[in-house]
Amino acid sequence: MNLPLATAVIVPRAGDTALADLPGLLVPAYGETLTMVGIVMAIVVLAGTPLGVALHNMAPGGLFENRAVYAVLSWVVNIGRSLPFLILMAAIVPFTRFVTGTNIGIPAAVVPMSLAGIPFFARLVENCLRDVPRTVTQAARASGASPLQIIRTAQLGEAVPAIIGGLTINTIAMIEYSAIAGTIGAGGIGYVAVTYGYQRFDQTVMLATIVILILTVALVQLLGDRLVRFTTPALRLHR
Amino acid sequence: MIRLDQLTKVYGHGANAVTVLDKLDFAVDSGEIFAVVGPSGAGKSTLAQCINLLERPTSGSVVVNGEDLSSLPEKRLREARRRIGTVFQSASLFSRRTAAGNIAMPLEYLGVEPREIKARVGELLERVGLAHRANHYPFQLSGGQRQRVGIARALALRPSVLLSDEATSGLDPDTTRSVVSLLRELRDDLDLAVVFITHEMDTVLQVADSVARLEHGRIIESGRVVDLLTDHDSALGRALQPHLTPAVPEEGARLWEVTYDSHDVPHDWLQRISQELGEPASLLAATIQTINGVGTGRATVGLRSGSPALVQDAFARLGLRAEPGTLAGTGGHDTVRNDTAREDAPAPLEHAQ
Ligand SMILES: Nc1ncnc2c1ncn2[C@@H]1O[C@H](COP(=O)(O)OP(=O)(O)OP(=O)(O)O)[C@@H](O)[C@H]1O
Ligand SMILES: [Mg+2]
Repeated sequence: MNLPLATAVIVPRAGDTALADLPGLLVPAYGETLTMVGIVMAIVVLAGTPLGVALHNMAPGGLFENRAVYAVLSWVVNIGRSLPFLILMAAIVPFTRFVTGTNIGIPAAVVPMSLAGIPFFARLVENCLRDVPRTVTQAARASGASPLQIIRTAQLGEAVPAIIGGLTINTIAMIEYSAIAGTIGAGGIGYVAVTYGYQRFDQTVMLATIVILILTVALVQLLGDRLVRFTTPALRLHR
Repeated sequence: MIRLDQLTKVYGHGANAVTVLDKLDFAVDSGEIFAVVGPSGAGKSTLAQCINLLERPTSGSVVVNGEDLSSLPEKRLREARRRIGTVFQSASLFSRRTAAGNIAMPLEYLGVEPREIKARVGELLERVGLAHRANHYPFQLSGGQRQRVGIARALALRPSVLLSDEATSGLDPDTTRSVVSLLRELRDDLDLAVVFITHEMDTVLQVADSVARLEHGRIIESGRVVDLLTDHDSALGRALQPHLTPAVPEEGARLWEVTYDSHDVPHDWLQRISQELGEPASLLAATIQTINGVGTGRATVGLRSGSPALVQDAFARLGLRAEPGTLAGTGGHDTVRNDTAREDAPAPLEHAQ
């Protein structure tokens, strides 16, 4: 049943890239994707975590409650979150060129991807921190913790598994964005998929990129789940 | 010791202002356990937050060992908090740290040497009877064990005041008893001034030397537990006793509500009353216990004797106070709200002869 359906969608044809040539095409592209996502995620974590912490603690009831600053931060983050990635990418081309001096290739993709990823991650972190029981932060305060110590031990410390869960979601989103960025010549698996699979109807390459993306996402999810387990005592010690 | 001086907390401003604590005054000496009870919304948690300086009072002060802590600037306030150990309700442990890791927190915040932290944590674990659970995570501990960890953490910085906000709420009676006896033991050994906030009346009897009743942000009654229990006019004293529903007396007998009115009631008062009145007294309901070395209690007794004056005199000679009673029962936790009802008790129950 399934086989005819699959062949109806993806049929290798004469003129497609030979199987033997696939690694030469896909391995460098995959490397580019990993580089892109890796760099972006490093930036996203470094910038998004403090932003998330700031959002949480500027909000009413937070450590540095400040409604005005919170409103501004929240508004900026919402803008970043509300634009579809393709539009964001196109809209900030001048900014990207200003920052990187180019509008193609990996550097050009990193800028819009980071701009989309940072607010996304900041909101995830904010949510994770909100779920830490208030009594735990109260206990830290009553134990004489400074605001930074409270953030480090009570807020981030307790939210580690949840934040790793968010990180997994964010990484998978960035893999998706990297494929979109591929269309503007950023390279990577997405670029290969579009130029070979879409523009030249090379079904072999199409199929190969799909399999690679599915496996990559599955692997990231698996790794993320493992890490969540590992960092949650109740999950780790329950075999 | 800790003293509250006209402590007032107002939330909100202008027309929305709500006075949650209204000029509270009380003092707890070293070696004393002071319970604060009160209905939901009375301001107990707000009081706790003002005492451990998580909230600043609107006016008035919190004085620990003679120093007014509540008016300190923010930075010094953090240091001041270390002089007051707080035991919270059970959910306050760090879930990703072991028992030992949790107890180490206040010491880590202070920047104590790791070697020293290890030694002190070991000492504290021993102290609360959890040396064998040092490397267990909160989810692996029972409710009572979690509270012991919380107590050890509160004691880590050797505070002179221990504050407990609903620390035994939600624990079963046996566990509550063991946590309470640990608190009393620590109070004796470390000469702590303990403020014990709870809404459970029977826990107060087990733990406290003194008790205050907070209602609508004011202390409406307070005193030593023993005195309140032997004071028949004390609504709080009655509220502290369990509610008793007496057995139905035999025909022709009157019900008498008997309360301990002095600190040295003989243990065999029931036999003595029987002898003195020349008839067997039937015991229909009773609760008698020793609170801080003093016998206290109340009982419902059935007697046929005709003359109320004679009966009351006989009881009075034994240090007991007898009032005509009803089948409705006595005192009790669930009559806390309007406890005056018993004051105008109806005439003694008379059966047709
Ligand atoms: N941050 C706040 N802002 C405004 N009102 C507050 C605030 N915190 C507490 N209150 C009010 O103060 C009153 C006392 O609250 P509190 O939590 O101290 O009561 P409680 O005695 O601890 O009650 P419970 O037994 O239910 O815990 C309540 O009416 C509550 O609505
Ligand atoms: Mg409360």
